[in-house]
Amino acid sequence: MRLEEALAPVRATRRDEDVVITTMAPAKVWMDMGPAHPRDLVYVPSAMSHATSVGLGIALAQPERRVIVCNGDGSMLMNLGSLVTIVSQAPANLVVIICDNGVYEVTGSQPVPARVDFLALARGAGFTATHHFTTAAEWASNVEVVLGRRGPVFVVLDVAANATRLAPKSPGFASARGEALRRALAPA
Amino acid sequence: MFSGEEVGTLLKSHGFTHVVTLPDSTIGQWEHGIERAGIKLVRVCREGEAWTIAGGLHLGGATPLVMIQCTGLFESGDALRNMIHDWKFPIYSMVGYRSFLNQDNLPGDTCLVFTEPILAAWKLDVCFVKQPSQLAEIGQHMRACRDAGRAGVALIAEGRA
Repeated sequence: MRLEEALAPVRATRRDEDVVITTMAPAKVWMDMGPAHPRDLVYVPSAMSHATSVGLGIALAQPERRVIVCNGDGSMLMNLGSLVTIVSQAPANLVVIICDNGVYEVTGSQPVPARVDFLALARGAGFTATHHFTTAAEWASNVEVVLGRRGPVFVVLDVAANATRLAPKSPGFASARGEALRRALAPA
Repeated sequence: MFSGEEVGTLLKSHGFTHVVTLPDSTIGQWEHGIERAGIKLVRVCREGEAWTIAGGLHLGGATPLVMIQCTGLFESGDALRNMIHDWKFPIYSMVGYRSFLNQDNLPGDTCLVFTEPILAAWKLDVCFVKQPSQLAEIGQHMRACRDAGRAGVALIAEGRA
């Protein structure tokens, strides 16, 4: 599926109170798909690979709020230990989605060191809610059920690389966006 | 240097809700005291995770503290840079300074060469703690950093690896 087809069902399904974190190529596509939601975290600039960790932190701080992390495979490879940390904390409200295209797209689509079975890695780390979708239709018809499962949930989506896609630009100063998100997450 | 109870009481009195940590032989001894104080421990697999989990906790309204050894500080530079300098999250940390008090276990330990320059390079406000009598000083530093909205580090002298 195209990355746009991977993310469109997430946009359509996310609840108003959900936090959606995007990074790397998913961040670029997410921003291109429409206006930002107050509880979006476009994690650019990032510490590459750490979207899962930021997501875990928000999920632990706000256990009643669903947190959806849209990550890339290159980023996931760089922070595999975070899967173990996530399982050890068992956040019922955290969903990790890996958009697996086999390349570091934002740097010019160089291949990752090796293709791996992310589902097996997640299961080995202790995730029990794991899903793998290879087609856009299959993902779109299951997204609501998958995102609604008790977490932590781990999803792998096979997506096509796009060597012509530009890297994401930060949509503004990170510090101001961080403060705005803190306010959007604060109790009413 | 300090007991876990002393550290737990200090952190609780300053409102910390979570300690994100990977232990060494000094700070690891504090874990039970911190938990007994009612603070949640988040154990990580590698220190870089600690900064970004703390960042997420901060975004969600919690008050995290990162507790790692200086070797983990070296490893986690990019995550620290991103959270403290890009996103400007005022995350406080306690960093164990390996071999500062003695080098019996690790003669020539290069932690003594690099720890302080690395902290300076990351432009962190440091409270250097060399003796147990400085516990209250850490609290004053935590408060000053919080009031100023900036990150800070209590650098804890250690004697073992």
